[in-house]
Amino acid sequence: MRRAYFKNNWIAALVVAPQLLIIFIFFYWPSSQALYWAFTLEQPWGGGNEWVGLENFIFLLSDDRYWHSVRISVIYALATTALAMGMALILALFADRQLRGYKSFRIGLIWPYAVAAPAIGLAFRFIFNPSAGVASYLNYAFPDLWNPVMNGSHAMTMVIIAGAWKQVSYSFIFFLAGLQAIPRSLTEAAAMDGARPLRRMLDVQLPLLTPTFFFLLVINITDSFTDSFGIVDTMTSGGPARATNLMVYKIYEDGFRGLDYSGAAAQSIILMVLVIALTFIQFRYIERRVHYT
Amino acid sequence: MRLSFVSAAAITAALSASAAFAQDKIKFEYWYGLSGQLGDAVQQTCDRFNASQDQYEITCIGQDGYANAVQNSIAAFRAKQHPTVVQAYDAGTADLMMSGEFYPVHQMMSDFGIEIDWDDYFPGIANYYASSKGELFSMPFNSSTPMLYINNEHYAAAGITEHPETWEQFEANLKALKAAGQECAYAYAPSTWIDLEQFSMAHGIPIATNNNGYDGLDSEYVYNTTIHVKHMENIKRWLDEDMLEIRTSQGGLNARDSFSQGECSHYFGSIASHQAVTNLVDGSFDWGVTMIPVYEGTERKNTVVGGASLWVLSGKSDDEYRGAAEYLKFLATPESEEFWSTNTGYIPVTKTGFDALMAKGFYDNAPYKGRELALQSLTYTEPGPLTRGIRLGGFIQARSEWSNEVQAALAGQKTMQEALDTAVSRSNAVLKKFARTYRGKELP
Repeated sequence: MRRAYFKNNWIAALVVAPQLLIIFIFFYWPSSQALYWAFTLEQPWGGGNEWVGLENFIFLLSDDRYWHSVRISVIYALATTALAMGMALILALFADRQLRGYKSFRIGLIWPYAVAAPAIGLAFRFIFNPSAGVASYLNYAFPDLWNPVMNGSHAMTMVIIAGAWKQVSYSFIFFLAGLQAIPRSLTEAAAMDGARPLRRMLDVQLPLLTPTFFFLLVINITDSFTDSFGIVDTMTSGGPARATNLMVYKIYEDGFRGLDYSGAAAQSIILMVLVIALTFIQFRYIERRVHYT
Repeated sequence: MRLSFVSAAAITAALSASAAFAQDKIKFEYWYGLSGQLGDAVQQTCDRFNASQDQYEITCIGQDGYANAVQNSIAAFRAKQHPTVVQAYDAGTADLMMSGEFYPVHQMMSDFGIEIDWDDYFPGIANYYASSKGELFSMPFNSSTPMLYINNEHYAAAGITEHPETWEQFEANLKALKAAGQECAYAYAPSTWIDLEQFSMAHGIPIATNNNGYDGLDSEYVYNTTIHVKHMENIKRWLDEDMLEIRTSQGGLNARDSFSQGECSHYFGSIASHQAVTNLVDGSFDWGVTMIPVYEGTERKNTVVGGASLWVLSGKSDDEYRGAAEYLKFLATPESEEFWSTNTGYIPVTKTGFDALMAKGFYDNAPYKGRELALQSLTYTEPGPLTRGIRLGGFIQARSEWSNEVQAALAGQKTMQEALDTAVSRSNAVLKKFARTYRGKELP
């Protein structure tokens, strides 16, 4: 097998330098600062800090509020991922079947990916508003059935639905591309053998889709841990009574609003380690079941 | 030909003169947190300052919210790109004081030979921003205090003739309103500033030990042992008895708008919203404001100032400081105070500013009538050790602990006493951490 390579290594270095510089400035540098702050008590306005070792971490790990935040972040991540990928898969399977109007569906389903999280948050805030929104009809029929302003689990449900909706398009694009990469001859052969569409989906298309499925699982889990800020901020601000205070939002809340820079830095480090660990686990245990062709 | 040469030279000279003139202007930045209609009013004070003289040019940049103004200033300060003047909210006062990264306005004004009669400032306002020696660290600017907003037409329909002075009367009014068929008698949104801080001031009860933190960093919250608990239990009871409705932005209409649209009969809010409510109601019904009630058997004390003050940050040039000093002096003139009080609901911060408005009969008629009650509330008694203000580090976090716990109690997850106990113990942890971060330092 032939491989392309540069004879002059310095040209290669020059070409990747801008990218490396960007990664350094926007990732390694802030991360190293956060790592340093996590082990100190940093005064918000500068003016000195004190090395405290693991004190910030011990404080966090012995704080039941922090564990609550971790717990609901895991619930949020699993629920949004399952919901988003499930919806995306169903939509992609149908878009791929080339039923009538599938082209417009395909475009329509990709569009939501371009919507910014806060805009999604605002739209869903209106939809789920208990007194003025679409959900108010529900309350009109069954009084006090739906109240995300007071009820924590309602608020969480609302944030999960909005978060999942945001992710559907992304997964949809990849599922559809994955389905289209499956040779038509396979599905056609299955059809000739008498397999109905559902059977073909289950026995031919889904097994061949596992690499895409695995890739999306990793991306979605990571994304739902780190990218929920915009939605939480516009929809609930972490409330009511911390019911939607996800890890990312808590970092913002403690660090930037509460000016507890060290505590927030320690939380960022824990979140980073958690996401790395989850990705590692997925590669280690789930990837074994994936067959690349 | 010759003529045109001369005129060209004249134009060039004029242009270069004006260019030099423009360069000579000392420029400095001011970051403010107010947004919306209030933010526009801040921008106008800047335009007025720039038009009033030709030596300095202030650039005012809105940061969309008090919290953002402080956060962004800190980030900029760390990168040495900070503004000369920043508007910082009441709750951030202790954090800024401990940082030491500011130029005390008292000292700055005397360094630049600007005479300010510091005694002219209302003590209830000045004390909040002063050092333990009574010298002002920051310049009082937008000053407010909470008020009870009342729909007079709902009152008339329910046969109520007087605005309540005590919580007992307030409750009786709620009952009367409900009995008269009023759907929403009281639009409520949990607010530490009103329910805890100003409530405790008006009742003369402590929020924390060490005189609310003024006497040292080793303070502890005590509001779970005061009449505040009873008040919050009443709020919960009113919610259960349907005399109160929770109205927050997350739920659609916030308390202010629920009131302004004539839906709810009461709401508690800052006097700063007086102008906004005036605009929203737009004469569609008769309404008024009154001081926040106290419980029977308590002697009413003064409330303290809310809003924000202007801090001059360290690390700037003398020229920029001179400009900042001139701007602050400009804001302190009676004309500026009148402009500010007319265009917002905020109250004047100096006695002369207030007297000038009183003398003109400013507060005699709508739409400004009632705003003088805010000042009455602020100056009800001379500020004592418990009603000077609050000097507690990490207070923004403490506010959020309170809100979250109260939300939990209102949702019925725990009793109000349990909620406040938890909020206190968690806020104490914040205080401890704050004292630990500034170990070896004292409040100035």
